Amino acid sequence: MRHLLSTADLSSAEATAILDVAEEMHDVQSRPVKKLPTLRGKTIVNMFFEDSTRTRTSFEIAGKWMSADTINVSAKGSSVSKGESMRDTMLTLDAMGVDCFVIRHPSSGAPRQAAGWVTASVINAGDGQHEHPTQALLDAFTLRRHFRETADGEFAGKRLVIVGDLLHSRVVRSNVLLQRTLDAQVTLVAPPTLLPTDVETWGVRVTQDFDAALADADAVMMLRVQRERMSGGFFPTAREYAENYGLTAERLHRLRPTTAILHPGPMNRGVEISSEAADATASRVLDQVSAGVAVRMSVLYHLLGGGEGNR
Amino acid sequence: MSDLLITGARLADGTTGDLGVREGVFVDPADLGGDAERLDAEGLLALPGLVDLHTHLREPGREDAETVATGTRAAARGGYTAVFAMANTDPVTDTAESAAYVAHLGRRDGDCEVVPVGAVSRGLAGEELAELGLMAEHAGVTVFSDDGRCVHDPLLMRRALTYLKPYDAVLAQHAQDPRLAGPGACCHESQIQGVLGLPGWPSVAESAIIARDVMLAEYCGARYHACHVSTAESVDVLRWAKKRGVQVTAEVTPHHLLLQTEEVAGYDTTYKVNPPLRTREHVDAVREALADGTIDAVATDHAPHAQQDKDHPFDVALPGMIGLEQSLAVVMEVMVNSGRMDWPTLVKRMSATPAEIGRLRHQGRPIAVGEPANLVLVDPDARAVVDAAASASKARNNPYGGRELPDPVVATVWAGRRTYQR
Repeated sequence: MRHLLSTADLSSAEATAILDVAEEMHDVQSRPVKKLPTLRGKTIVNMFFEDSTRTRTSFEIAGKWMSADTINVSAKGSSVSKGESMRDTMLTLDAMGVDCFVIRHPSSGAPRQAAGWVTASVINAGDGQHEHPTQALLDAFTLRRHFRETADGEFAGKRLVIVGDLLHSRVVRSNVLLQRTLDAQVTLVAPPTLLPTDVETWGVRVTQDFDAALADADAVMMLRVQRERMSGGFFPTAREYAENYGLTAERLHRLRPTTAILHPGPMNRGVEISSEAADATASRVLDQVSAGVAVRMSVLYHLLGGGEGNR
Repeated sequence: MSDLLITGARLADGTTGDLGVREGVFVDPADLGGDAERLDAEGLLALPGLVDLHTHLREPGREDAETVATGTRAAARGGYTAVFAMANTDPVTDTAESAAYVAHLGRRDGDCEVVPVGAVSRGLAGEELAELGLMAEHAGVTVFSDDGRCVHDPLLMRRALTYLKPYDAVLAQHAQDPRLAGPGACCHESQIQGVLGLPGWPSVAESAIIARDVMLAEYCGARYHACHVSTAESVDVLRWAKKRGVQVTAEVTPHHLLLQTEEVAGYDTTYKVNPPLRTREHVDAVREALADGTIDAVATDHAPHAQQDKDHPFDVALPGMIGLEQSLAVVMEVMVNSGRMDWPTLVKRMSATPAEIGRLRHQGRPIAVGEPANLVLVDPDARAVVDAAASASKARNNPYGGRELPDPVVATVWAGRRTYQR
């Protein structure tokens, strides 16, 4: 594996291998000295063309704990405003001998384009409204742990419900692709104005009936609804949205006790998720954050540290 | 300019014979002097020089992307003897003076006739009318377009149509509702677009504008032309409007005849174009419409860009692709070789009709004694893999690079002058 651009590129075995190594990495997090020598001498550049606190920090910590030299480049708006093409920006840094670019970009497809230009590995850390593969992997990591605690630990046959602004979400695309590869059943719930074009071809169930979807869910993933969508006319009001598509306290009380609650953050409490649900015992939100570092360590290991198949 | 004797050429109607050219006009070969240059056209088809209603030459303003010299050289290599140069240059062609300057550049540097298109609105801003009358009266402008932008305001559209009517000029619309397909829209709204997460450009953003416009054109009794028609619904609207007798014409580009949305799956910005590449049902519809005449003409929308303007993320890169050199090849492949259209119809769609729409009376004429000597010699059987690097255009945003296509153009003669010979 040279790049991680889309979860569509991962086979079930590859995804499982990433989750398995992430379990080992997760143990490192609880050690007093969190340092592995695995990536000593490797240089990782975090290129964030868009603001992000948790993803950037998580990648940075993952690289540092594996002894790589990690550099953060805040490239927000830089190339176009300076008149430099993205290709030149990437080639300039690539020429410095970088081993891996972690790219967050507001434009869909930018990491794939970059992968075609540079000699280094490229990890997609979220591109526009396209994909966010490491988020889907950390969600899978969190879900697998939950399924191990509450059931057989397998994805096959498990029912995952994803709710929210699916049209603009990169998280949903990566999750659907990965969960389908892992054999889980996915149901998508959103107002019709926030559904991607022809979403019914994705091999998922699509419904506006959140309550029916929740009835037999093994996990529910609430996606953020950005404030600008409310003024953008995608739905009438936050109140109407919360009533139909929010994980309210009432819906929380009707959930089966084994249904996990996930949210990739940042949360809009009171809109897509109530405080009661966000802080409920079934909430795995903080587990997701801690899984983020372990999963990203594992991805870096698979791309840069394995020795075989690299460069 | 010495006389020219073209021997053994076959005409689109099937007859074969020699053609004489003297002082820019076809003459009886028997009237040529003994020192005439000879051009052996044995086995070749002689077609009237092609006419492109929709070319971006980028000069003045972006001479790094294309110039009148390089763009018209590409046109000559594609068999064109006239191109209409779109108004979205810098400065915009929105005055008689700027139109006259473009025509001057054509006379000075052109390997084909360059006809300036005038802007509909000042600075293409879509707010106030440009000096339409002065452009028509003093610079002979017959086609007006804000191409690149849609004349969205219905009142401005109505006034432009009404104002242009006495000039017998045509308003060529870039149909794109800016609310339904905003500035970021860059991928045909479709299954692929949903997966790629690119901002969608729904087909209805085109057809809804054309539907409004044909009703305005009918109401105003004015001439309206739909640029680069790309959707099945637009074709339906055009068919309906023509049946009603609205003075409406339409064009389709070579790329919308050949290429589909799938091309953008790797985010290759070469395939970013506005309107975007559509899916199969739309491609089938525009092919059928070109064959039955609902779409009157092929126009290239040749849109050269400097490479650095393409080396950006997909939604940021400039839209457009070049097309002058491969236009005839694509139309042959898609329409003639497939049996959808015969050669005389191709001549109508690529030469006679576009000249008629643009009121260019000395172009698009038949190959006959006394007519202007504009022709292209075509080898109907030659094929080649397109080499994007070998283009006469300055630009390399060629969507046909690496594809095997007909390689038809052997020579082009414009006003009696050989402008290209293989």
